[in-house]
Amino acid sequence: MRLVFACCVLALTALTAPLAMAQSGPLRIEITEGVIEPLPVAVPDFIPLNAQATQYGARIAQVVVADLVNSGLFREVPQSAYISQVTDFNTPLQYADWRAINAQAVITGAVGLSGGRLTVQFRLHDAVSGQVMAGLQFRSTQEGWRRMAHKVADAVYAQLTGEGGYFDSRVVFVSETGPKGDRRKRLAIMDYDGENVQYLTGSDDIVLAPRFSPNGDRVLYTSYETGFPRVYLLDVTTASRRPLEQADGTMSFAPRFAPDGRTVVFSLTRAGNTDLYRMNVSGSGLERLTSSPSIETAPSFSPDGRQIVFESDRSGSQQLYVMNADGSDVRRISFGQGRYGTPVWSPRGDLIAFTKQNRGRFHIGVMRTDGSEERLLTASFLDEGPTWSPNGRVIMFTRETQGANGRAALYSVDITGRNLRPVRTPDGASDAAWSPLQK
Amino acid sequence: MNIAGKLAVAAALIALGACSNVTNPIGGGAGGAGGIGGDASNPTSPAYFQQVVGDRVLFEVDQSSLTSTAQSILQGQADWMIANPSYTAIIQGHADEQGTREYNLALGARRANAVREFLIERGIAGNRLQVVSFGKERPLEICSAESCYAQNRRAVTVLASDLTG
Repeated sequence: MRLVFACCVLALTALTAPLAMAQSGPLRIEITEGVIEPLPVAVPDFIPLNAQATQYGARIAQVVVADLVNSGLFREVPQSAYISQVTDFNTPLQYADWRAINAQAVITGAVGLSGGRLTVQFRLHDAVSGQVMAGLQFRSTQEGWRRMAHKVADAVYAQLTGEGGYFDSRVVFVSETGPKGDRRKRLAIMDYDGENVQYLTGSDDIVLAPRFSPNGDRVLYTSYETGFPRVYLLDVTTASRRPLEQADGTMSFAPRFAPDGRTVVFSLTRAGNTDLYRMNVSGSGLERLTSSPSIETAPSFSPDGRQIVFESDRSGSQQLYVMNADGSDVRRISFGQGRYGTPVWSPRGDLIAFTKQNRGRFHIGVMRTDGSEERLLTASFLDEGPTWSPNGRVIMFTRETQGANGRAALYSVDITGRNLRPVRTPDGASDAAWSPLQK
Repeated sequence: MNIAGKLAVAAALIALGACSNVTNPIGGGAGGAGGIGGDASNPTSPAYFQQVVGDRVLFEVDQSSLTSTAQSILQGQADWMIANPSYTAIIQGHADEQGTREYNLALGARRANAVREFLIERGIAGNRLQVVSFGKERPLEICSAESCYAQNRRAVTVLASDLTG
């Protein structure tokens, strides 16, 4: 199996065109408070620089708009409202025409295609002050056109928010078909927006909870290939896989990479008791991190690799704990009502996302790494399994509906609890893990 | 012969060899509801074990301790396995859907292990008893109500005939 984007090379160069840098705070989105009024943005079709590129002009603009609107921070000014049309990339904009239709940001672009290589350039305009705020050029293979559109949107997002973007990223997840009593599950990977779905395993064996390596090239997951749950390592480019070392008579699951990409922390069940262990990806150096008769699972590293947050029922119910990466200095961080599980450390390091069960409802929430400032973002019959966007601003999770026809689907929500959206997948979907930004 | 053919032959040779781990599950399956295994009126049949002795025990919410009802069923399972020493078993632990996925895997393992320890205590050799957890992945009943959840919080003893004889 060969993934389309495996060989995709993107070049990123600053446009040489003179840019008038923005003056004191013209266009700026503050995303920490939660955006109530999205910024109106106009994205005219990108101008094709030659006949072969014609098919991409509108498509790239559409993906850029979809990304920005999807973030909840922007709303689209529809093309039908435009007063002046953009027909040449280098002709200055009539900013008054864009202000008249309340477009605060305008993104113009051009696309050329030659020898199977696409070149995309864009400019971000502040229509209010009448200035170009940013401009960049990207190159890739023809098949990489969506990624270039995502990179344009990432650059715009970064320029206007001061935060990194997250659109040029992928999601590995479990695709689900079949009835509730006999669910067929297989690993799949897609772009963050649900495009380019590819399957990484067959559906003969149950597969659970994949996680990306720090650079997105490998995936750890759990499979029942042998009849017993066991941790596997899969190469995303080739889809080849191998089991990690495991003693007979044990179960292993809940694997996560350390930020160094060489160490794995996971749950190992021996004689009914589940503890956390670490080992090298090569299979050597097995080391026990917790020794307790309770359940210890769902580990997640801090971005600096020094600490691990995990769940344990040592207090009598599922709660969250943080320990040093060598297993020392364990302290409990969750103290609210209900049960807490599936903690995931934000890539920014500042927050921990979790699943909370309380009075028969499930919630996705976030708290500071010391357990303070708990905030619940969602509520439903069954929400679980949060995963962070690469910039730590958005959380994707699984929502399952109740009853005999219950179905799992992916949703995203931002960390202020706004902008709850379903993520489009071909079938049922669960256990999403968000990749880092692609290079 | 092509590569696939050679592989098939190799696999067949492995299966015929004296491989101590090769077992042949009878009935059960992940859901534990299969109906095969002979005639339930024959006390030495797996069907008798499944239907008359009882192949499963149920658990309280988030618990793995054995109720008195469960203990009496498991005593029957132990007696049957002592009387039918050619069988081994895989004990499958399950959880209801009200829990996070990985926690439920660990909880199912606890339940399966509670059954295994009980059977060992009642005289079954540990090497006849394997455990596996399916967490909430294989519910038997699919409604989202306690009547279904109660049936799903289970440990099922699935018999296997040991091919090594």
